[in-house]
Amino acid sequence: MTFAFEIPLLVLLILTAASAMLVKDLVSSVFILGSYSFFLALVWAWLGAVDVAFVEAVVGAGLATVLFLLTLFGTNPKDTRLRRPPTPWAAIVGLPLLGLLLMYGANGLPEFGDPASPASTHVSPVYLANSLKDTLTPNVVTSVLMDYRSFDTLIETAVIFTAGVACALLLRRDQG
Amino acid sequence: MIQAHDSLIVLILGRGLIPVTQLFGLYVLFSGQQGPGGGFVGGVILATSMLLSLLIFGTDASQSRLAHRALHGDGVGLLLFVFVGGLCLIGGGEVLNYAALEIPGLDVAARRYLGIVLTQIGVALDVAVTGVSIVFSLSASNGDSHA
Repeated sequence: MTFAFEIPLLVLLILTAASAMLVKDLVSSVFILGSYSFFLALVWAWLGAVDVAFVEAVVGAGLATVLFLLTLFGTNPKDTRLRRPPTPWAAIVGLPLLGLLLMYGANGLPEFGDPASPASTHVSPVYLANSLKDTLTPNVVTSVLMDYRSFDTLIETAVIFTAGVACALLLRRDQG
Repeated sequence: MIQAHDSLIVLILGRGLIPVTQLFGLYVLFSGQQGPGGGFVGGVILATSMLLSLLIFGTDASQSRLAHRALHGDGVGLLLFVFVGGLCLIGGGEVLNYAALEIPGLDVAARRYLGIVLTQIGVALDVAVTGVSIVFSLSASNGDSHA
């Protein structure tokens, strides 16, 4: 594995995530968040999850940026009452401790790509071995999403529909 | 309410970009069984193409009439998905078991292919319409706050 490409990618990921929180101007924050999504999509592609990378690039860097911007333009852009409260001492002490605890816990996680990890021994081998025979579809991700787990996808579609209807009900009250 | 952009560069670039985006969205939607892609991503790309025309030409322009028409399709994708499930039920299988899709003259492989394509189209329609609808809702509330 070569690290010439991956290490700068991860550094850029952390830099964009931190600057999206730290920058004062909210419009710049939205654009930095879009570039963060783009770098995250590259990381997904590096890990081999091409479908997730696709969704992250299109939704995170494209659609979410537009939605955030339209929401921002609906508010007053010159709100000077926005102040960051001083950081409480409990956060200064507690968050590093929580980070240390998480790093300690991460030691117990299986290695990346380990064939004996619980995630790749339970149902994944069955899907990988049988999906072409069962569903006659070359792409395993699609056959799991649309055939083995099509009920999940149906309910997901209903959730997206409900989100659109809820937005229309909340925001378009005054119109016919 | 979104006004048209006043830069000539953006208008001309948009005129070229929107058809390419739509074509790519359709390609991603229908190539989901062979490679990465599928209904959700294809639907979002189709929604993005309609959003581009809304943001570039404005909500009232003639170029945005596809987005206005898309608003009437709210729920059609979900209905298509449920309809395919019901057809499988009529054919004697479980809900969404595409092998039992009740269409005469097709073998099992073609039925499974058709079932997945139809449900992917359902997901894509649902996602695209919802994306455009949320943007219309947000821009409508913007117009209220500035009026």
